[in-house]
Amino acid sequence: MNDLIFVLLILTGFVFLGSGRLQFAIRTLALQGILLGLIPLLGNWQGLWGRVLSIATISLVIKGLVLPYFLTRAMHKSKVMHEDHPFVGFTASMLVGIICLGASFWLASRLPVIASMPSQIAVAVSFFYLFVGLFVIMSRRKALTQVLGYLVLENGAYIFGVAYAIEAPFLVELGVLLDVFVAVFVMGIIIFHISKSFDHIDTDQLSTLVG
Amino acid sequence: MLNLSALLYVLLGLISAPLMLGVINRTKAICGGRTGQPLLQVYYDVVKLLRKDVVYSRTTTWIFRVGPMMALGGLITALLILPCGGAPAAFKFSGDFVLLFALIGIGRFFTILAALDTGSSFEGMGASRDALYSGLTEPVLFAVLITLARITGELSLSSVFANISPLLWSSSAAVLILVAVIIFVLLLTENSRIPVDDPNTHLELTMIHEVMVLDHSGPDFGFILFGSALKMWIFSALLIGAIMPVHTGNALIDGALFLGGMLLTAVTVGLVESTMARLRLLLVPRMLVGATAIAAVCIFLTLK
Amino acid sequence: MNMILAALIVMLVGGFGALLVRSIPKIANSLGLGGAVIGAVAGIVGAISVLLSPHAVNSLRVPWSVPFGSFYLAVDSLSAFFLIPVFLLTGLAALYGAQYIWTPQFKPMIASHWAYYNLLAASIVMVLVARNGVLFLVAWELMALASFFLVTMEHDKVSVQRAGWIYLASTHIGTTVLFFFFILLGTKAGSLDFDRIAAAGTQIHPHATLLFILALIGFGSKAGIVPLHVWLPEAHPAAPSHVSALMSGIMIKTGIYGIIRALMWLGPPSVSWATTLIVIGCVSGILGVLLALVQHNLKRLLAYHSVENIGIIFLGLGIGVLGQATRLPVLVVMGYGGALLHTLNHAIFKGLLFLGAGSVLHGAGTLDLEQTGGLFRRMPWTGIAFLTGAIAICGLPPLNGFVSEFMIYFGAFHAIQSNAALSALPAVVAIISLAMIGGLAAACFTKAFGIVFLGEPRSLQAAQAHESGAWMRWPMAALALLCLIIGLSAPLIPAMLEPVVTEITGFSLSSLPNLSKQIQSPLSLVLVVSLIFGGLIGALAWFRFFRLRGKSKSQTVTWDCGYATPTSRMQYTASSFAQPLMALSVGSMLLKKHIIKPLGFFPEDGSFNSENPDFVEGRFWKPSFKGVEWFLLRFRWMQTGSIHLYILYITVTLITLLIWKLW
Repeated sequence: MNDLIFVLLILTGFVFLGSGRLQFAIRTLALQGILLGLIPLLGNWQGLWGRVLSIATISLVIKGLVLPYFLTRAMHKSKVMHEDHPFVGFTASMLVGIICLGASFWLASRLPVIASMPSQIAVAVSFFYLFVGLFVIMSRRKALTQVLGYLVLENGAYIFGVAYAIEAPFLVELGVLLDVFVAVFVMGIIIFHISKSFDHIDTDQLSTLVG
Repeated sequence: MLNLSALLYVLLGLISAPLMLGVINRTKAICGGRTGQPLLQVYYDVVKLLRKDVVYSRTTTWIFRVGPMMALGGLITALLILPCGGAPAAFKFSGDFVLLFALIGIGRFFTILAALDTGSSFEGMGASRDALYSGLTEPVLFAVLITLARITGELSLSSVFANISPLLWSSSAAVLILVAVIIFVLLLTENSRIPVDDPNTHLELTMIHEVMVLDHSGPDFGFILFGSALKMWIFSALLIGAIMPVHTGNALIDGALFLGGMLLTAVTVGLVESTMARLRLLLVPRMLVGATAIAAVCIFLTLK
Repeated sequence: MNMILAALIVMLVGGFGALLVRSIPKIANSLGLGGAVIGAVAGIVGAISVLLSPHAVNSLRVPWSVPFGSFYLAVDSLSAFFLIPVFLLTGLAALYGAQYIWTPQFKPMIASHWAYYNLLAASIVMVLVARNGVLFLVAWELMALASFFLVTMEHDKVSVQRAGWIYLASTHIGTTVLFFFFILLGTKAGSLDFDRIAAAGTQIHPHATLLFILALIGFGSKAGIVPLHVWLPEAHPAAPSHVSALMSGIMIKTGIYGIIRALMWLGPPSVSWATTLIVIGCVSGILGVLLALVQHNLKRLLAYHSVENIGIIFLGLGIGVLGQATRLPVLVVMGYGGALLHTLNHAIFKGLLFLGAGSVLHGAGTLDLEQTGGLFRRMPWTGIAFLTGAIAICGLPPLNGFVSEFMIYFGAFHAIQSNAALSALPAVVAIISLAMIGGLAAACFTKAFGIVFLGEPRSLQAAQAHESGAWMRWPMAALALLCLIIGLSAPLIPAMLEPVVTEITGFSLSSLPNLSKQIQSPLSLVLVVSLIFGGLIGALAWFRFFRLRGKSKSQTVTWDCGYATPTSRMQYTASSFAQPLMALSVGSMLLKKHIIKPLGFFPEDGSFNSENPDFVEGRFWKPSFKGVEWFLLRFRWMQTGSIHLYILYITVTLITLLIWKLW
């Protein structure tokens, strides 16, 4: 059962890599957020149930509802609906995703497994999201997509935190705080200001600002 | 090892394969608010075609005349290796799935050659697309087989399907669901259904499979039609075999479950065809790579 | 052994004899042909007799005054197995070649051609039976030189000259690495005789990894693995067709032979070696077939397919080595067995395909796929032969390609079933690569056969093509028949290969009866199902004939969607067939487009030109060679052209050596 949720997370990661329609990507991110909200409820915590429940609800609300809402608003405001010519094509991105998945499984096998983990493959999925997020930031042109990539990266860190939460429970709460930070500050201000000062939000063009 | 009782299933396949196509068409008709063709329409079509004369293109050679025979022969032979209803197939040995897909492959080889034989740009177009897409689906098929072989520990298709039990489901549910999804996507691709290809389109430029057989007529075309029904039967049997969790040991009950599963598959294909639109041709490889990605997930899950 | 020696002598006599009667082409042709064919027959008899009685002593040792060298020849099961396709193809290609070169453009070179041809065949035999490092390298070099002269037979063409230089450079890079390999081996084992090397296991094993890498590079460059393959697509189209058949069918297999010998000496392998072999096989196979898909020169296409099939052989070797490392006899027998069988199979069907391509060139005058078409009507025998070769190379039942690929699949699947994760992963890679290679190869060969032989002729030359003569047709028919026979004898293959596998690995099939049964029954059932398939085709054909009896069978134009006059230029071309692949992201690596777009409101001429360069050559080798050239040009100042300075150099060197040695 737990495995199923993590497999679904991996699949959403691939869907994210392979789609060029921003609305679809945001919806995928919302699905990821809802699933991530459910994950803390899966592990066997001893005596941390109060914190776990509150974290789960907050994550679900922020990642699953609030962030996608803001992102959709940003998308409509800046009128960017499509990622047209990424540096690496969508098919190639998915193939790179397969390689990243293999690397994450190998890396995860080098780390210790502890009893309170929600699933055997949790750590692998977190590494996978890390790589996917970084790859998306590197290979896409539109600023909005790069923000989405950063959020995926963060989701990966969050999963890692949840997996080892027994050892370091603060990690999880810090992750949630970071999400809030991104939602309010980075995305809202920068995107609106970029689209106001320049005519488009191609980060490609940002390089013309250099000396 | 020849299992004679499996010949009953072979006969069943030969008789009921066109009925599956009928169920798919009827489902699409119901979803579209129409009455649709009779369920047995494909049978009437095949018989009608077998009675017709033939017209051949002057450009074609004997390869064109032989193509449909090779395809149909390969598919019928494949029925001998296909396990149905949890029972072993007529011929069962380690690595039999390699032979199964090779038999389908030689049929496809000759179909493509027959298409190029006509010297028409339409058939050439369909042939080149089909050649490439099947090149991309082969690795996915084998990835599925690797996954199934590893989780059941068996190397013969009959043994693999016989070992799909509730115990296996409880330990590898995620993998089996993904395997089912992949086989379903491959079923749609190999049988040229939406979203890969539209079997009802009349525009040659948009066809893949339909256009490869554009010049065939008479009994040749009857062979092709029957062959496409058999292909649908084979892939559906693969799908049902990979996910059917219950094997009671009673031949009648297993058979009934199997036929129920096939019916369900046909209805699902019909529903998918009615609710989805056909993908842009340039996006079909992306979908196939997506299937590859899912297959990779399966393999990594079973390898750890 | 004696028969093989006799074969060597007959071939050499025939070749040099042809040189003596150079002025009378007809006698030269017959002499060269006779030498090759008689030698081939004698050789096959000799090789088969060695395989049938593997424990008989078969060696010849003659004292030789070369330091570290001895004239030591021996034929064991491994050499005998590799000798069979050598002699087979030599004889058949010679029969083909006798008529192929009897054309005005080649006639003046007939005598020298036979000299080099027989020398090439003899040197390949020598490579396979040599049992001393020095002798081996001498034969290796002779092989390279003889084939170089054959490749550059049409040396007035610039493209042929360029191909010759690339070939010569690549083979010498490989030979240099082999020199280091043998030197290292010899210093550790104390001698360059193969039997002493095999006995010196303990001294060699510590350096096994370095030796393995050297062997892979040296022998791999001859075999044609990526990235050392760049000479193959240059040399094979430049050579005459029967020489290409010889080179592609057997000369590159000497590389495989070398690697197997090296594996025999280097002791118990580890899983990482198996992984290396499988990765090399995967990359060579997939890149080979991708590059083949976009070619429109028939022989270049076939050359890239040789790269792909060497990849498949490496996959089989990898599975076999994996079996040795993990102690699983099934993998060893099926992996090595599949690789060895594929070596034999590839020699047969690649030889067949190259002879067919030569026939196309002879009949239609061109190898450009875009200029051919509809040749099946005018050249039916070539067409059937090429079709058989195409079906065989795609690994489709009931022909021989399927049997060898089945064996490799069998071994790999057993690895998945029984192994821990880290050693099952190479097997997974092997299976997926093999599946992808098979699918894309089918796409490529439907293109090759369909565009060349089917449809309408795309040029005047193709419309006026003529079938080849009898001497050219019979070897093709014989090879095609062999494909079918080997395919249908699937159950007998493990028994036939047993002496060779036992010799390489020490695993004997007869000592493991369970294993024998485990392997035998699938292969027998494969045969049964293939026969049923054949029977079904026959039944369907009869049924169709019965249905169409008395019906009208009219003929008309192909469906043309209402256009009144379809022409042959409206057909699909080779480039268009490969276009869906180009549209994917990988395609941009393989294709270079030169577009001049018609711009503006009153557009002028536009043009589109695409070419498919080998990107390994363009991105890796060319820059490396340019780098070496730049570096060496820095030393140009030493060459002044003045004799006085050169004498000064010699004197300085002499004085330095004297001081160094007599200090």
